[in-house]
Amino acid sequence: MSIDLTQDYFSLFGVPRAYALDEASLEAAWHRLQSQVHPDRYAHLPDADKRRAMQWATRVNEGFRTLKKPLARAQYLLVLAGVDAGIETNTAMSPEFLMEQMEWREAVEEARAAGELEELEQLHVRLMHHARDVRAELGRQLDVDHDYTEAADTVRRLMFIEKLQHEIDEALLALEG
Amino acid sequence: MALLQIAEPGMSTEPHKHRLAVGIDLGTTNSLVATVRNGIAVCLPDESGRTMLPSVVRYHGDGHIEVGLAAMKAQATDPRNTIISVKRFMGRGLKDVAHVETMPYDFEDGEGMVRLRTVQGVKSPVEVSAEVLRVLRARAEASLGGQLVGAVITVPAYFDDAQRQATKDAARLAGLDVLRLLNEPTAAAVAYGLDNAAEGVYAVYDLGGGTFDLSILKLSRGVFEVLSTNGDAALGGDDFDHRLFCSILERADIDPPSLEDARRLQMKAREAKELLTSCEEAPIHLQLGSGEVVDLVVTRDDFAEMTKHLVQKTLTPVRKALRDAGLTPDEIKGVVMVGGATRMPHIQRAVANFFGQEPLTNLDPDKVVALGAAMQANALAGNRAEQDDWLLLDVIPLSLGLETMGGLVEKVVPRNSTLPIARAQEFTTFKDGQTAMAFHVVQGERELVADCRSLARFELRGIPPMVAGAARIRVTFQVDADGLLSVSAREMSSGVEASVLVKPSYGLSDDEIAQMLKSGVEHAGDDMMLRALREQQVEAERVIEATEQALAKDGHILDAGERAEIDAAIARLRELRAGSDHRAIKTGIDAFARATDEFAARRMDNSIRSALAGHKVDELEL
Repeated sequence: MSIDLTQDYFSLFGVPRAYALDEASLEAAWHRLQSQVHPDRYAHLPDADKRRAMQWATRVNEGFRTLKKPLARAQYLLVLAGVDAGIETNTAMSPEFLMEQMEWREAVEEARAAGELEELEQLHVRLMHHARDVRAELGRQLDVDHDYTEAADTVRRLMFIEKLQHEIDEALLALEG
Repeated sequence: MALLQIAEPGMSTEPHKHRLAVGIDLGTTNSLVATVRNGIAVCLPDESGRTMLPSVVRYHGDGHIEVGLAAMKAQATDPRNTIISVKRFMGRGLKDVAHVETMPYDFEDGEGMVRLRTVQGVKSPVEVSAEVLRVLRARAEASLGGQLVGAVITVPAYFDDAQRQATKDAARLAGLDVLRLLNEPTAAAVAYGLDNAAEGVYAVYDLGGGTFDLSILKLSRGVFEVLSTNGDAALGGDDFDHRLFCSILERADIDPPSLEDARRLQMKAREAKELLTSCEEAPIHLQLGSGEVVDLVVTRDDFAEMTKHLVQKTLTPVRKALRDAGLTPDEIKGVVMVGGATRMPHIQRAVANFFGQEPLTNLDPDKVVALGAAMQANALAGNRAEQDDWLLLDVIPLSLGLETMGGLVEKVVPRNSTLPIARAQEFTTFKDGQTAMAFHVVQGERELVADCRSLARFELRGIPPMVAGAARIRVTFQVDADGLLSVSAREMSSGVEASVLVKPSYGLSDDEIAQMLKSGVEHAGDDMMLRALREQQVEAERVIEATEQALAKDGHILDAGERAEIDAAIARLRELRAGSDHRAIKTGIDAFARATDEFAARRMDNSIRSALAGHKVDELEL
């Protein structure tokens, strides 16, 4: 088997190292790779083969998971560029962003406590649009400007947004029963 | 007739005969075994032509164990020792079991998996399940005329690690090599997908006797990808029976029935339920041992009304699975119904309403899982041809997490992650010279450990002693394609691998399994060592015979020296085969394969050349 365990995920999947990604190509590559390495292909072979297959298949899945979601992909690009964006320390955040966080949080909390399903759904949609804008910004910073510092900042904002989206989803789920 | 076969990477260079592998649907109510024969998946029948084996095991006082239809029919005569629906106890503690009060079994209360006191001693659900598997294995070997290379055994998608491990342990006790634990909805999707050859996103609604699963799968380019799965491992057709049983007790206004009478009433309830699928009314007429008579009629509408809440209960996991997949009901191309319980008209109506389309029912809902499992078994055994190149990508149904301070759970592996998956976490020591560490792994979505399923406690030993906080222990959680977790740990600065001691919360320890293997083997009169020896002898014989036939036909392509070497190799293997060391025989077979490799390759070349030159294929008989 020709898979190199030290390759980065972009080269493993044969896609350009960039934030912009053709999801269909990524998925096709994932299918092709798994067809080669998945443990099911080695079920009737010796243990050593089975173990190796599991390692490769695990790595391929990890790569797919990392590249598929925009946030994870951006974080990975930063890691490859040697920039750390994972830390959610408030000292790294701008006051405007902290204010923004607080406002969103309050709106969601109020709607959830009051059981206002419609309000929550509207927040969900607004946040979705906001996320889209932030992601577009991230794309520019990474692929056009190659400004990793700014990108790291935007990644932190996106992390907050996705966490909040998850909370809204949970609140919606709870109300829908 | 031998098929001309081009060797693929990962397959033996020798053209092989079809490897015997089966798919087994180990169901709550019924079990089946199926295989792929001449490219088609078929369920294997018993001597009476029946493919379904009731998952009922009866322990007799004289030491005899009865499995299947006879045991099922006689369940009311000896309820305490006739175990039905044992799947509901696999990997479960006593407090997990619903309606315990109405069960006739003598439960042994204690830690871990529930046990049953029978007339043949205390039995674990694993041992009971193994009896069912033994019967299916024997049926398959008799029907296929040889020993099995392995089996794919299906489990509900929503089964947790303990339930899966229990299933694998049962297979081991029954002498089956498990090629894969396959999720039931995925198995059904394989049977449907390959049958209908249609790409798209499908939902599989699988309501069995005791479990409910909803899986959402995408089929594209021959890859079956599970997008999400959800369910209820304690909801099934049995619960519908139970509701009807309770209703009968109320309406008939009888005294609390004896164990035997309760069983008989439950059997009547099940019969009535099944009858109501095709009839508007079902009579319940029974004379109890107490002398009282039950004489009433249940209508289809009554039954639908009284079980409405159960149907609603199935829709919750459906909504959750859709949400996790990021899909709405109208984005689902087709809904596949699996499990006998899905024959109930009000269930079909509810599902049709929810998804806005009629569900697919063209494949037999009782058989579809076994058929899909057989197809997977065929593939995993290495039998299939190049054009059958499909792949299953399944997921872990429940998040795995670690217990942290304050009884909270820290999620390590999120639910619906594609398998296999590994996650690593780093820990450090808090005392100088600390050489061990303990973890509690749980499964579930809740925040508190108390609300999740305890899976196992892992103890790491052999951490090199260091100053507190200096050690960097990387713990890796690996979940394999069966959905089973294994844990490994390494101290990063020294590179020392820690030893991991596993204490499953609801499983059998290695010692217990060894003990069961021993006693089961003694009971079945089947010696493990003898079996291993027989396996190797059969394989050696197969290999020798094939080579001798090849020499008879194509020996002329070898020169005298090469021929002499092969003759010597045959003689050596014959000698080993006559001995009693199964490991030596296996090593001998491997050596023999190497010695005859060149001959096999040359024959292959010649076969191809001949075929291309227009010779008939059956002249190349192996």
